[in-house]
Order: sequence, then C-alpha cells, then structure tokens
Amino acid sequence: MRELSLHLLDIAENSIAAGAMNIQISVTEDTRMDLLQMSIEDDGRGMDADTTAKVIDPFVTSRTTRKVGLGIPLLKEAAELCNGGLAIRSQKAVGTVLEVHFQRSHIDRMPLGDLPSTILSLVVANPPVHWVFNYRFDDQSYRFDDAPIKAELDGVAMTEPPVLSCLREMLETGVKEIQQG
Amino acid sequence: MSTIKSLEDLKHAREEALKKKSAKATSGAAQIIVGMGTCGIAAGARDAMKSILETIESDSINGVIVSQTGCIGLCEKEPIVEVIIGEEPKVTYGKVSPDIAKKIVREHVVKHKIVQDHVIPM
Repeated sequence: MRELSLHLLDIAENSIAAGAMNIQISVTEDTRMDLLQMSIEDDGRGMDADTTAKVIDPFVTSRTTRKVGLGIPLLKEAAELCNGGLAIRSQKAVGTVLEVHFQRSHIDRMPLGDLPSTILSLVVANPPVHWVFNYRFDDQSYRFDDAPIKAELDGVAMTEPPVLSCLREMLETGVKEIQQG
Repeated sequence: MSTIKSLEDLKHAREEALKKKSAKATSGAAQIIVGMGTCGIAAGARDAMKSILETIESDSINGVIVSQTGCIGLCEKEPIVEVIIGEEPKVTYGKVSPDIAKKIVREHVVKHKIVQDHVIPM
C-alpha cells in the first residue's frame, strides 16, 4: 500500500466482514507530539484472544483457519518501521478496536493520501453501515457522521449524481480545511 | 463550512436527484461491485471505485447501485469489477484501471454493451 488511507480502507473491510453496523474511523495528526494516530472501532462480532493474536501474526497459523489476510501485519510493519506500533482490542459479540500510531515526521512514514476517497468509497458502497469519520490536526477537527445525512436523504440513494457530488464536496472541503489549518 | 449548511446543500441535491429520477425512465437496475479485499486495494481498487463514482457524477447516470465485496480468490486479476444489469448474468472484469472503469460505466452500465477486452471468463 502506498497510502495510509488505503490501509484504512483495508482495515475497515475487516469490520464490514465482521458484520459491524457502526464503524468509526479516527485520524489524528499531532505535530507537537510528532504523532500520527489512526483507529478503527467497530461493533462487529469481535474475536477471542487467540484469534486476535493470529490476525496480528498470520504466520503462526495455517491459511485455512485464518479469516483475516495480510492487511493487519502489513500495517503493523509499516508502523513499527516508523517508531510506532499497532494494537487490537477485541471482545466477542462486542466489537473490535484497532489502533495504530506512527512518528509523524519519520522519513519512512507513508503519506495519508486521499482520505476523502477512502471515506466516500466506504460510505457509498456500504449503505447499511453507520459511518463516523473523525479527523483532527492539532487543534482543528472535522467530523463526518452519515446518520443525519441518511435521515435527510430519506431513501434517496447516495449514488444519485447530485447527492454523490454533494457528499464528495462535503468530505473534500472538510478534510482540506483541517489540513490548511 | 458548518454542518447545517452542508445538510441544506444535501437537501437541494436530494430534490434534484428526485426530479431527474422521475424525468428518466429506468431501464433495468444496474449494479456495480468492486472487489475491496487487501489484494484489490493494493492493486488499485479505490482508484477504480473513484473513477466509477466520478463517471456517475460527471455523466449524470441515475439509478446505479455501487457496492463492494471482499477477496473473491482471483487476486492476480485485481482490481476486479463486477457488473449486473437487471436479470442478466454477472459480468466480471479484471485488471480494471481508472480508464477501463470509466469505459465499463459508459459502455456496459449505460449502453448495455459488454467491454469484451477486459472480461474474465468465469
């Protein structure tokens, strides 16, 4: 993966596969602490401690019993290369929280990339899921919650062209305003 | 930009969408499915998805359902895009670049002409 936002898309796929109805994605950039942190929190079916350990280190187990692929180990490796790390907290029938952090200024840290495209893809292609996206850059923050949007749309699909334009512009403007400070 | 302003914009977008919908007769529901497993994303599935959404937007194509699926076991053919038009059998496309994605939307989804060069025989 060339962008952290592609990793976010990949990890969120695990939450969808786990049957989550509520998925919250948070990205925090803190220049004073030189930290970039991302988390994905879901209310999917969750995992026991054994499975959680296995999804972090896929080579411990055989391919047939493993539900999750190489997405998590790849992200973990990327984080560890940048003085960071990855942790998963999961509970059966409750959900899963994946947290990953990087030294923000590290030369090997991947760029965040196209965050609005990642969020738009997830929201539009998975309408049954309630999506929340939080993005904080130092003291600025942006929150995108699709619940009021879906209420306003009242059954009109998010793929209808005028609606799609509106959503795309909302996300692009929201993210850009934070990044410009 | 405040949230209230955005929701008002959305209200207008919704009304516009409803007007266009009633003006145009729908000819068989179209569904586009993008493979979004780790393999797909690493191969460029988000760019394919982005191109599909941009084409729907720029060409004002109504009534298309866009969804995603995980790895379907053809990782070497990713990014994979599937198209289902009405009751017709599913067509699976492989190695879908943003340009090919645009072509699939314009030819297959709009004109119901399969883009043969990029079909994966299933």
